This record gives sequence, structure tokens and C-alpha cells, in this order.
Amino acid sequence: MSLAGGWYLGLAAALFAIGAVGLLVRRNVLIMFMCIELMLNAANLTFVTFARMLDDIGGQALVFFVLVVAAAEVVVGLGIVVAIFRRRSTTVADDLNSLKG
Amino acid sequence: MLLSLHMLAATRPALPDVLVFAASAAVILVGALGVVTSRNPVHAALALVMTLFGVAVLFIEQEADFLAAVQIIVYAGAIVVLFLFVIMFLGVDRRDDIEIEPLVGQRPLAYLLIAITLAGVILMLVSAHWVTGAHQVVGPIEGPITSSAGSPSGEPAQLGKQLFTTYLFAFEATAALLVIAVVGAVVLARRPPVPQDADSADADTESELPS
Repeated sequence: MSLAGGWYLGLAAALFAIGAVGLLVRRNVLIMFMCIELMLNAANLTFVTFARMLDDIGGQALVFFVLVVAAAEVVVGLGIVVAIFRRRSTTVADDLNSLKG
Repeated sequence: MLLSLHMLAATRPALPDVLVFAASAAVILVGALGVVTSRNPVHAALALVMTLFGVAVLFIEQEADFLAAVQIIVYAGAIVVLFLFVIMFLGVDRRDDIEIEPLVGQRPLAYLLIAITLAGVILMLVSAHWVTGAHQVVGPIEGPITSSAGSPSGEPAQLGKQLFTTYLFAFEATAALLVIAVVGAVVLARRPPVPQDADSADADTESELPS
């Protein structure tokens, strides 16, 4: 028998917090994307834990869709990063300030 | 099945489970901290792989074998490789200075906000005894032992059955989403045609035409 679900939920919360802090603190767009992946993984871990606690396969099906959407999001996001790098030669979010007055 | 929750909370977990959870938790947290604190984006991507493997181990520990396999194949096999490809394609694998704080007071504010949010979520979960909701809205997770005879047993077969019956529309929608994402990525990554080059090329072809 596996551990109680609270341990997994606490770990997922810590993982989500680290990802959110990284998203707010880091300035490299690529690392901000990786922090989004960390947060998505924390959500996936929570879904699987709830699926086990409630004995419902629907949580695992939802994780499947989150994985697909995460893959699509990374593809489009990295395409945008490449397009921005072609134009501005930077991946630092602070340098993208051409709308600044 | 309502009893199983109390059983989960009451019985002492076996030692191997505790060890697996502790090791995976350490791997996950070290990897996540590595993503956030590493200066080199390549090192951050490798730390991300570490975190993804830890999460996959916890998926297996919670009887989500198929999702663990998908996690390794899709995340560690495709997404991180895509990250590394873009990092090396753009040539941005130099170290950035993470000591410089561009906005005054941004980091303490970020830590404070995340701490408040996390404390709120954990308080809410503990006060609700970690889980609320109905049992088995879609279908139970059946292990390989308790499967009925004749039907394919185990959790992957069940997940597949649910994906192609209950969630069929969402499944088709994700297929469309992936196609749109691929087309969008190709359009975004395409080099825009330079107008004067196109004009000169047209002029060249026109001049080469026999008059």
C-alpha cells in the first residue's frame, strides 16, 4: 500500500511553488518555459494522486490531456522564441520592451 | 470504497513505499531547484529531466503505469529534446547573471506571494481532509488482479477505454490541437521572404526568359 495522499499533494504543492517562483524570478524566456513545465508536472501529480484517492480513472485521463496540451504549448512557445530571437537577437524577457514609451 | 480512504490514512505504509517516495521527492525537489537556480540553460534542461523522471516514478508508485511511460516518452524524450534543440539552435547556452535584480523588490515580493498562496492552498486542503468530491464519477481504477475475466485487464486498458468512450470528443479535439500546433510552429519558424530579394529574383527570371 502506498503512502497517504497528503504526502503526494504536499510534494506537488512544493513543486508548483518552486516552478512559480522560477517563473516570476528568472528572465530567460527558455527557463521561464521550463518553470511552466514544472508547474504542469505538479498539477499532473496532483491529478494522479486524486485519481488514486477517489478511485476514479478520470483523473488519469485528464493527465493525458494535460500532457498533450503541454506538448502543443511547448512547440508553439519555442516557435515564438525562435521568431523573437530572429528579430531581436535576445531571449531575455527584459529586453523585449519595444512598446515602452 | 469510502472505507479505502480511511484505510489509506490509518494503515502504516510499507517501508519500500516510504523509501521510494522519499527518494523520488528528493530527486524532484533537487531537479526543480536546479531548473530555477542554474545559470546555464542546458543545465536547467538536464535538471528538468531529473524532475520528470522523479514524477514518473511517483506515477508508477500510484499505479499510473501508462502515464509514467508517456511522461518519459513525451516529456523527457520529446519536450526536453526540443528545449535543448532550441537552446543550441539559438546559441544562447551562455551563462546569464542571476544575481542582478532588474526590478527593485521583485524577488522578495515573488517569494512572499508564492508563500501566501501555498499556505492558503495547504490550509484549505488540510481543513478539507485533503480530498473532496464524489467517488468514481467516471470509473474505478482496477488493478490487474481485480479485473473481470474476458476483458483486457489493468490500468492502461481501462484508461484507453475511457479515452475512446467518455472522452472521445476531447481526444479528437487534442488531435486537432496538435495539428494546429505543428502548422503554427512551422509558420512561426519559417524565415520571412525578403521583398527586394524576391523582386530581383523575379527580374532575373524575367531577364532570362527568351524575348
